Amino acid sequence: MSVWAKHKIFEKNTFVLLIGILVAVSVGGIVEIAPLFYLKSTIEKTEGMRPYTPLELAGREIYVREGCYTCHSQMIRPMRDELERYGHFSLAAESMYDHPFQWGSKRTGPDLARVGGKYSDAWHVEHLINPRSLVPASIMPGYPFLANNRLDTRDVAQHVATNSLIGVPYTEEQVNSAARDALAQATPDSDAAFEFEERWPTATIRDFDGNPGEVTEMDALVAYLQMLGTLVDFSIYDNQANLR
Amino acid sequence: MISLEEGFFAFFLIVLAFACLIVAGKTFDQVMAFHAGLGALIAAVSAFVIFKNYFNDGGIAIPQEIGGKPNYNMGPVKFGAVAAMFWGIAGFLVGLIIASQLAWPALNFDLPWTNFGRLRPLHTSAVIFAFGGNVLLATSMYVVQRTSRARMPGRLLPWFVIIGYNVFIVIAGTGYLLGATQGKEYAEPEWYADLWLTIVWVAYLLLFMGTLWKRKEPHIYVANWFYLAFIVTIAMLHITNNLTIPVSIYSTQSVIVWSGVQDAMVQWWYGHNAVGFFLTAGFLAIMYYFVPKRADRPVYSYRLSIVHFWALIFIYIWAGPHHLHYTALPQWASTLGATFSIILWMPSWGGMINGLMTLSGAWDKLRTDPVLRMMVVSVAFYGMSTFEGPLMSLRSVNSLSHYTDWTIGHVHSGALGWVGYISFGALYCLIPWLWNKKGLYSLKLVNWHFWLSTLGIVLYITAMWVSGIMQGLMWRAYDSLGFLEYSFIETVEAMYPFYVIRALGGALFVIGSLIMAYNLWMTVRHGEAEEAEPVTSGSLAAAE
Repeated sequence: MSVWAKHKIFEKNTFVLLIGILVAVSVGGIVEIAPLFYLKSTIEKTEGMRPYTPLELAGREIYVREGCYTCHSQMIRPMRDELERYGHFSLAAESMYDHPFQWGSKRTGPDLARVGGKYSDAWHVEHLINPRSLVPASIMPGYPFLANNRLDTRDVAQHVATNSLIGVPYTEEQVNSAARDALAQATPDSDAAFEFEERWPTATIRDFDGNPGEVTEMDALVAYLQMLGTLVDFSIYDNQANLR
Repeated sequence: MISLEEGFFAFFLIVLAFACLIVAGKTFDQVMAFHAGLGALIAAVSAFVIFKNYFNDGGIAIPQEIGGKPNYNMGPVKFGAVAAMFWGIAGFLVGLIIASQLAWPALNFDLPWTNFGRLRPLHTSAVIFAFGGNVLLATSMYVVQRTSRARMPGRLLPWFVIIGYNVFIVIAGTGYLLGATQGKEYAEPEWYADLWLTIVWVAYLLLFMGTLWKRKEPHIYVANWFYLAFIVTIAMLHITNNLTIPVSIYSTQSVIVWSGVQDAMVQWWYGHNAVGFFLTAGFLAIMYYFVPKRADRPVYSYRLSIVHFWALIFIYIWAGPHHLHYTALPQWASTLGATFSIILWMPSWGGMINGLMTLSGAWDKLRTDPVLRMMVVSVAFYGMSTFEGPLMSLRSVNSLSHYTDWTIGHVHSGALGWVGYISFGALYCLIPWLWNKKGLYSLKLVNWHFWLSTLGIVLYITAMWVSGIMQGLMWRAYDSLGFLEYSFIETVEAMYPFYVIRALGGALFVIGSLIMAYNLWMTVRHGEAEEAEPVTSGSLAAAE
C-alpha cells in the first residue's frame, strides 16, 4: 500500500483528522513558549524593579485605552543607533509587571521605553494637548480631553488586587490603600502623600498635570510616562548576573 | 413538542438576557452598561423569535432531502455573505480614514472616539475578523454542505453561529471606540467579548464537524481539511492568548495572566498564526473550492495538497517569534522562528502552485472571466507575500524593516491582494449561486473593480516599501562626524508624500469595493434567474 493511500484514514474520519491537526499545531508553541517560564534570562530579577503605583497603573490603562501602542514601541534593540537615540537596550525584567506587554510593533512615533525624565511634566501636558504646538511636524493626535477628565478611582483598587492575584508583588497594604494612593501621588504636601511615601519609597510625588485642583487622567498618564525606563539604575546594573 | 435544540437555545438566551440585565443594572462602567444592555436586548429578541417560529409552524421537521437532492441550508450563508460585504466596506473605509490621519493629523479631531489609536484596532478587526471572518463562515458553511452533500445539522445552530459571530463583531468594534480594549494587537476585544466568541466558536466547530459526520461522500474534500485546521487552531490560539482575569464581572477591564517576555511570545505566537490560520488556511480552503469550480478544472495535484496541508499547519505555528528579533526574547527563540519562516516558504509556494496550476488547460479563461482573473491574481499575491515574509524574518533584514512601514506594506500585499481578492472572487461566485441567478449583473463592472483596486494595491505597497526602507535607513544613518544624522521627527516628515500616495491607493480600493457592492446588489435584485439548479454543482469529486 502506498503512503498516499494511507492518508485515507485522515480523509475518511473527521475525528482522526481533528486529532492529526491538533498534534501538528501543538508542537511549535510548546517548544517555543514553555522554556520562557524557566530560563534565567527571561525571569531575571533586577534591582530597582517595582510594581506600578496605583496612579501609574491607571496611567498605563489610559495608554492602552488610547491605543498608544499602535504607534509607539517600548522595546529598545541593542543596536548602536537605538542605544544612542533611546538609551540602554530594554531588559526582560523591565516589562515583568506588564500585563499585557506593550513592546509594540511599529514606530510611527519614537520608542517610549525610556521616555521617563527626558522631558518636563509641563512639556508632556502641552504635547499631549496639542502635539504640534511643540513639534510642528508631528502627526500625533491631540488628547486635550485627558486634562478635563477627572481620574476615575472607583476600580483602581480592583485593578491592583487583580494584578496582585496573578503574581505582581503588591503588599497587602498597597492593595488596600490603592484608591487613596492613586490620588495621593498627584497631591503633594497632603497627609495622604506622606502615607503614600511610606508605602512607595521610590515613587515620585508630583502634581503631574500642573492643575492642583483635581487629579485628572492627564496626571495618571504623565505619571506613567515619567517613570518609564527609570527603575533600573544602569550605573550599578550587573549585565553578567543573568548569563549562563 | 418544542425540540430539544429550540428548548436549549431558548433557555440559554433567556438566562443570558437576565444575566446581562443584572450586569447592566449594577455596573458603574458605562461601556459595560451599554454592552450588557445590548446583549440583553439581542438575547431577548432572539428567544422571542424562537418561540414565535415555533408557534407559527408548530415545529415541523425540515426535510433533509427534497426529491433525492440534499436540502441545503443556505439562509445563514446568505446572511454571512451580505455581512461580509457590509463589514468589508466599513473596514476599508476606516482604513482609508486612518491612512489619511497619518498624512493629515487634523483628521483626528482630537476627540477620544476618532483618534488613530482607537480607530486602528477598529480597522484591523473590521477587515480581518468582520470581513474575513464572515467570508470564512459563509464559504465554509456553503462548501462543507456541498462537498459533503448534506444539510448542516440543527435548525438554530447555524443561525446561532453566524448571528452570534456578528454580535461579537459589534461588541468588539463599539468597545474600541468607547475605549474598551485589552491592548494586545489583533486580540483587542475585552474579556466578555472573548468569552462570547469562544462559545460561538465551539458551536461553529460542532456545526462544521456535524456536517462532516453527516456527509454522503466517502472522502472529506481538501478544502474542508483547511477549514477544520483553521477552526481548531484559532480556538487554541484565541483561548491561550486571551487568558485574562476580569477586574470584576461588572467591569469591561481585565488583566492578562501573561506578562512581559512570556506575553510577547504568546502574543506573536497568536498574532502570526492569526495570519497563518485565519488569513491563510481558511482562505486556502476558499481557493481549493472556488478556483477549480470557476475554472471548471480539477485541483492540479492531490499529493501536493496532502504534503502542503500538513507541512503548512505544522510549520506555520513556529514562525511567530520572528516578530521579536533583537528584543528581550532569547535569541534562540527568534532564530527558531526565522528558521521555520524560511522553511515555510516551501509549503506556501506548494499551495500557490497547486492553485495556479489548477488552471492548466483553462488559461484562456483569464481573458474572458474577470472573476477568475481576480482569484488567480490573488494566488499570485499570496506567492509574493509568502516570499517577502521569510525574507523579512531574517535577522539582518528585520533589523531594518522592523518598526517601519515595510511591515505595513507587507501585511497589505497579503491582506488586500491575497485575502481581499480571493474573498471578492468567492463572493462574485457565491452571490449568483445563492440567489439562483444565471450570472453576475455586469462583468464589465468586475473588470473596473479589478483594475481600480489593483492600481490601489500597487500604489499602497510601493509607497510603503519606499517609506519603510527609507525610514529604516534614516534611523540608522550617521554623519561624517559620527553623530546620528536625523532626528526622529525628520524621519516622520520624510514620510508625508508616501502617506498621501498610500491613502490614494486605499481610496481606489474602497471605490472598487463600492462598485462590487453595487454589482452584487443589482445581481440579486435584477439578475436573470436560473431555471433549475444544476445537479452537478457541489458534487465536486473528493480529493483523489
